[in-house]
Amino acid sequence: MTARIKNFPGVSLSEKDFEEGKILFVHDELKADYAWDTGIGIGAYLAGLKRGVILGVRCGHCRKIVVPPRTVCEWCFHPMDEYVPVKDTGMVNTFSLCYVTWDVKRITEPEIPAVIALDGASALSETSVIMGGIMHKLGEVEPKQVKIGTRVQAVWKPESEREGAITDILYFKPI
Amino acid sequence: MGMRKVAVIGAGMTKFVRRAQETPKELSWEAARMALESCELTMDDIQAVCMGTAPDAFDGVHMKGEYLSDGAGAWRKPYLRAFVGGGTGVFTPIQGWYHVASGLFDVVLLVCEEKMSSFYPHAQAAFVTIFDHTTERPLKPNLLWIFAIEMNRYMTAYGINKKDIARVAVQHKQNAANHPCAMLGEADITVDDVLNSEVLAWPVQRLDVSPVSDGAVAIILAAEHVARRLTSKPVWIEGVGWNLDTAYWTNRDLAYPRYVEYAARQAYEMAGIQEPRKEIHIAEPYDPFDYKVLHHLEGLGLAERGKAVDLYLNGTAAPDGDMPVCPSGGLLGVGNPIAAAGLMKIAELFWQLRGEAGARQVPGSPKKGIAQAWGDLMQVGTVVIMGR
Ligand SMILES: [Zn+2]
Repeated sequence: MTARIKNFPGVSLSEKDFEEGKILFVHDELKADYAWDTGIGIGAYLAGLKRGVILGVRCGHCRKIVVPPRTVCEWCFHPMDEYVPVKDTGMVNTFSLCYVTWDVKRITEPEIPAVIALDGASALSETSVIMGGIMHKLGEVEPKQVKIGTRVQAVWKPESEREGAITDILYFKPI
Repeated sequence: MGMRKVAVIGAGMTKFVRRAQETPKELSWEAARMALESCELTMDDIQAVCMGTAPDAFDGVHMKGEYLSDGAGAWRKPYLRAFVGGGTGVFTPIQGWYHVASGLFDVVLLVCEEKMSSFYPHAQAAFVTIFDHTTERPLKPNLLWIFAIEMNRYMTAYGINKKDIARVAVQHKQNAANHPCAMLGEADITVDDVLNSEVLAWPVQRLDVSPVSDGAVAIILAAEHVARRLTSKPVWIEGVGWNLDTAYWTNRDLAYPRYVEYAARQAYEMAGIQEPRKEIHIAEPYDPFDYKVLHHLEGLGLAERGKAVDLYLNGTAAPDGDMPVCPSGGLLGVGNPIAAAGLMKIAELFWQLRGEAGARQVPGSPKKGIAQAWGDLMQVGTVVIMGR
């Protein structure tokens, strides 16, 4: 079949075809504003961040402690409503050194996104689930020095500047 | 299970390109027309249409399924658009399979289309909305983060180096040099080319990643009694599986794709496969990134954990090896118009198992192949096993 067909459909264009006006196109920008309710679980999480505390939630049935908080346990489908503080320290589970922004602009100093396994959440289970893993960024560190397993601690915004957002933690730094 | 046998009887695809002049509807139609012609059917023979296409955000069009319906031939037919992110291209044939296996329809057209180039200037930014709007998006995440983060976890957990992983990108791009629709086929590419390419998000470099692309693929499925009448070479869908892991992606161990394992187990059980490594002759695992192939081969049970790279180092994965992997050239070589790229893998198995893959034909008259895709926020696995 692919052996028999000589010409496959599809006309390839280049950026140049746009720039030189060789083809017609329509440009538009969509406007989309939202106000998202935080809900119950994440609402509690954000309120905790404002106080300088990272909250997890404990399942009364299977006893897992997970971060971020949620109202139902995915493992046993029981309600989760016992909010418990976990530590603001943890371990770098994995990370990247990223030289591209979210909208594909190049940067020379890399951002260091990481998954941080927080102390006090349930440890690695037999199913290898990191219950306390959250995504954040690392700071105050030479990019080349970061290793999986590095111990880190949250660096918080001053209390007066916190607003109940994940960005109330500026980044995590090695300890 | 009381299900009818379902065969793939036709396939068509457009070229995969960085930017197609054709609209999404036009691409859909081109692929659909080719698939119909390949098995000498017309739209009148098609009883239902399954459409697969990824985020509406790429096109800036609400309800893309409805938008694409005319090109896909859906007019006055039962029609449904399936969407499980990157897993869509291998989920759409599963959806088509149960349409036919259940006895509801005898002949079904599947169309998977993606036009990523409309999002300006780069489709990457459209992905920001896959992250949680409250707990993640304020950190301005980049889609590359999660892959780079996962790749690092995988490499570190098993002690695999980038030089060896680069063999995957090299092999797939070389394979794609023989695919007439490929965007990035390169017969002469080397490991050093990959290792010297731009660092995007360490450990991910430019040539570790598949490109954003436009393209469409279409497949025709038929019930056994119809398939046997229309072709002497039906290729059967022998097993299907799909599964979802937690959407709290940072709560998962990123070193191993459990969602692929669960989907594969479902498919193997249905296909009666007990020793996948012996019984599967060709694998088309999802390969948007080179490490991801290794991840997926392990989830599919086609390699021990942390050992999939050996298949590339010892030649098993090569087109003339014992189990060719992505003989099509995959997403890394042919291109990655998301949903279309997944269905391209089904088309490749169809052509390979019929001995019609031209310059890409693997030797040894393969009898069974597996295709797999992965998506949503990295937690859905979709698997199809095909055989003749
Ligand atoms: Zn529970």
